[in-house]
Amino acid sequence: MEGDIAQLGQFIGAGLAAIGSGAAAIGVGHVAGNFLAGALRNPSAAAGQTATLFIGIAFAEALGIFSFLVALLLMFAV
Amino acid sequence: MASNTQDAAHGAAEAAQGSAPGMPQLDFSTFGNQIFWLAIALVAIYLILSRVALPRIAAVLAERQGTITNDLAAAEDLKAKAVEAEDAYNKALADARAEAQRIAADARAEIQVGLDEAIAKADEQIAVKAAESEKAIAEIKAGALESVKEVAADTAEALVSALGGKADAKAIAAAVADRTKG
Amino acid sequence: MGKLFFYVALALVVVSGLIFKPEVAELVIHPMDQFNVTSYTSDHVSMFAITNVTVWLGLAVLAVFALMVLGSSRRAIVPSRAQSVAELTYGFIYKMVEDVAGKDGVKFFPYIMTLFMFILMANFLGLIPTSFTTTSHIAVTAVLAALVFFTVTIVGFVKNGVGFLGLFWVSSAPLALRPILAIIELISYFVRPVSHSIRLAGNVMAGHAVLKVFAGFAGALGLFSFLPIFAITAVYALEVLVAFIQAYVFTILTCVYLKDALHPSH
Repeated sequence: MEGDIAQLGQFIGAGLAAIGSGAAAIGVGHVAGNFLAGALRNPSAAAGQTATLFIGIAFAEALGIFSFLVALLLMFAV
Repeated sequence: MASNTQDAAHGAAEAAQGSAPGMPQLDFSTFGNQIFWLAIALVAIYLILSRVALPRIAAVLAERQGTITNDLAAAEDLKAKAVEAEDAYNKALADARAEAQRIAADARAEIQVGLDEAIAKADEQIAVKAAESEKAIAEIKAGALESVKEVAADTAEALVSALGGKADAKAIAAAVADRTKG
Repeated sequence: MGKLFFYVALALVVVSGLIFKPEVAELVIHPMDQFNVTSYTSDHVSMFAITNVTVWLGLAVLAVFALMVLGSSRRAIVPSRAQSVAELTYGFIYKMVEDVAGKDGVKFFPYIMTLFMFILMANFLGLIPTSFTTTSHIAVTAVLAALVFFTVTIVGFVKNGVGFLGLFWVSSAPLALRPILAIIELISYFVRPVSHSIRLAGNVMAGHAVLKVFAGFAGALGLFSFLPIFAITAVYALEVLVAFIQAYVFTILTCVYLKDALHPSH
């Protein structure tokens, strides 16, 4: 095994940061699932709320992208 | 250990220059270039869109809206005209039907009058003919009765003379009249 | 016909994978190499050098020009295919601006249309294999987000004066909470351009890096080096969707921020 302990830390950190992507996936699924549940209850109101849906998904996803970015930074930039 | 950290530092420096595997997104030496060309591209797109494309598309959309509105109005007009024409047609049809009924009724009345006259005339003629016929029958009947009386008298006379009697013409006539009466 | 072609291509790929076994050492794909900025005129990237960024930004401008200007050049009442796509895009963004930002947001329509068309075209051009994706760079998206941030802030202060600060003063909350909420609102206001830019760059970068990571698996799979094609196809389809959705999200968030600037009622 080559490399030093700092590299080990980087890779472990990157792996941990990647968990955030999964958390963001849960968030996005939650948003979309609740939208679908609401849309099935009241389909006539659903069409007007797709913009809100995408905004919600974007906000949830942005945090996942942040964690992905942290992973990338640990892998390639630090 | 020291050489390792030196290597790492060297690698980091290389990464900053963009030659070693690193994140090209964080290579600040390229930022000026990217921002410069991005500014030019954005200004170009803005000018293209705001000067040429958007007014043109807005005009086309407005024109199409106008065309559609005009066409709809024209269609509405044509529809009204068609309804009018249908009304006129229906009215003409009703008129024609009434006229036809009137003509038919007239013709029927005329024919009825002629028919009545003809029937009356025919009845009269029939009555005349019947009367004549009756008279003729009565004459024939009377004639036939006379003949019967003569034949009966002749027969009676012949019978009486054959039986050896003497025929009295007067008595025979009375007897025949008496018999034929019943 | 298309199906036959697909199967023939698939068979060719499988057979070539069997005949030319890929050497593990030669097939090292570094997932971040695709984002390198290289200069065509000088060996180092100076401010005014012609780089691959220049080329792909220029192609994005050309694509916008081709769709919006050449596509609509016939001004037909019954539109051609390109013209109806241009009209659909126009109607889509116009309705979005009108619905989200309100009637008085319509005068920012060319500005928002510029952002949308640029991001959309840059994203789609970046999906062409071996191309360079301009929107995957923080520098590019940060400029876009900063443009939106400064526009919105300036418009807010010009329209409402000091009343724009009412955006941070949540008057529906209890009085004791309001200063704390004001600080939170202020922080979230300044985080907006950060998340706005990193969302776009991160999404695009992540998708493209994932494609390259899957491509890199080919080197380790030996005989089965054709297998990543399926994964790459699936991820590529997702990336096409993401390319559009990120352009849409960037634009609609711009409209939301603009609405905050025009009507800062909390």
